Amino acid sequence: MFRDFGQLLVLFGKTLKSLPLLWRQRRKVCEQLFEIGNASLLMTCILSLFIGGVLALQTGPLLVERGLGSYLGGAVGLSICKELGPVMMAILISGRIGSAMAAEIGSMAVYQEIDALKTMNINPIHYLVLPRMVAISIALPLLVLFADMVGWLGGAFVAATNHDIGVSYQTYFTNLQAFVDPADIFNGLIKSFVFAVVVGIVSCHQGLGTIGGPRGIGRSVTKAVVNSIVLILVLDYVLTRILLFFDL
Amino acid sequence: MTAEVSTCRESVGVRVEGLRKSFGEQEVLKGIDLEVQPGEIFVIMGPSGSGKSVLLKHLIGLESPDAGEIFIEGKSITLPGVMDDYRMAMVFQSGALLSSLTVGENVGLYLAEHRLKPPSEIEQVVLEKLAIVGLQGAEGKFPSELSGGMKKRVAIARALVIEPQLILYDEPTSELDPLMAITIGKEILSLKRRTDVTSIVVTHDRDLAFGVADRIAVIDAGKILVIDTPENIRKSGNERVRHFLTADFNPDQDLKSPNP
Repeated sequence: MFRDFGQLLVLFGKTLKSLPLLWRQRRKVCEQLFEIGNASLLMTCILSLFIGGVLALQTGPLLVERGLGSYLGGAVGLSICKELGPVMMAILISGRIGSAMAAEIGSMAVYQEIDALKTMNINPIHYLVLPRMVAISIALPLLVLFADMVGWLGGAFVAATNHDIGVSYQTYFTNLQAFVDPADIFNGLIKSFVFAVVVGIVSCHQGLGTIGGPRGIGRSVTKAVVNSIVLILVLDYVLTRILLFFDL
Repeated sequence: MTAEVSTCRESVGVRVEGLRKSFGEQEVLKGIDLEVQPGEIFVIMGPSGSGKSVLLKHLIGLESPDAGEIFIEGKSITLPGVMDDYRMAMVFQSGALLSSLTVGENVGLYLAEHRLKPPSEIEQVVLEKLAIVGLQGAEGKFPSELSGGMKKRVAIARALVIEPQLILYDEPTSELDPLMAITIGKEILSLKRRTDVTSIVVTHDRDLAFGVADRIAVIDAGKILVIDTPENIRKSGNERVRHFLTADFNPDQDLKSPNP
């Protein structure tokens, strides 16, 4: 485990070091961005809509019972942008994009395509890891921003249409506007950026280390997703503590 | 590996001294010594699992030896920058074409990634190299649309783009029909005649080995049994060499004694 973690840090360091070469890889970054957006936008929409809805469904009646129904917008808004948006989107992306990255790079490793790159003096980190890391680090915060808005809408719809809640759109959004600061949204974006780096580096690391044919590729994909989710949840706690310390 | 800035155009000599490599408990190379002259086609023959491909991977720097050294033009490849001083290319057994790129992009990848030529010139070079291997018009296809033989020829075209001083072929005729194997053999010979490149070919195809080799090394269980010219190898008195070279499928005899 410690060796894996060490290799992960080394790969991250090498990727950071290769950042000055980013302009040369811009076409691949755009391709990856398109792929990530194309693969995740619909899923993001569905997931965040229902997360917002279920959050309103669970908390709405409790708040209304206590005469606090007008605070529902703030409760749903803050929960989504500070916690559920970044975490759920990162988990979705690790399953949808991280697995694809691990599988693609893993299959390249197994079928000697990475060896072929090395014999042409093309560094696999520059060619494969850097564009993916940059693309996912841009894409995930943008997806989280989109998910926040869709989640708020989902919450508003349930709040307004559910008979046990009955909070109007206007009350919901007025309260949301009063409670959710740009700093809260920024808090979620910082988290999502860190989660994106984690998903990208873990998936590329697993892909590059793939050995043993199709079974090895399957093993790498599973490990990439599981390790990413574990790290996301652990880092979520750590980041929350750090951001609270800085009053964000 | 391949050089970006080398001005040297001559073929190179390779020397291997006491090369040893183990994977876990299994010792794959047990002290390999050999010398390849500049401009020579040197064939390494041997049965499957004898360590041929592992030896080839050491020569191009994809594996590190446990012991022993490899020298290119008398310089150890472990010295910093030595691998960058010479242009080397490898044709992999599977072709190892990047499946996400078209044939043209695969062939031009080296030039494009190292920014050695503008895109229009790269396109010209790609068409020229594909024409050399008889694949005109295939530049827009993806590797999944090609046959095994075509993939190998694309891999050769990709290697040609580097204008290598040393080219390594890993089982270039495996999985190919006899006609395509002859085509690949002709490619290896014509490339050598055109560019005087040093070629190291790993194969267990006896026809290819005797057809193209200037010298042949027979390797078995991680050790070199003999290195000599094809004529002398044919006359070799070494029992294991003779067994490998003369093994033939004889249904009547083999079915009576399945484990000779």
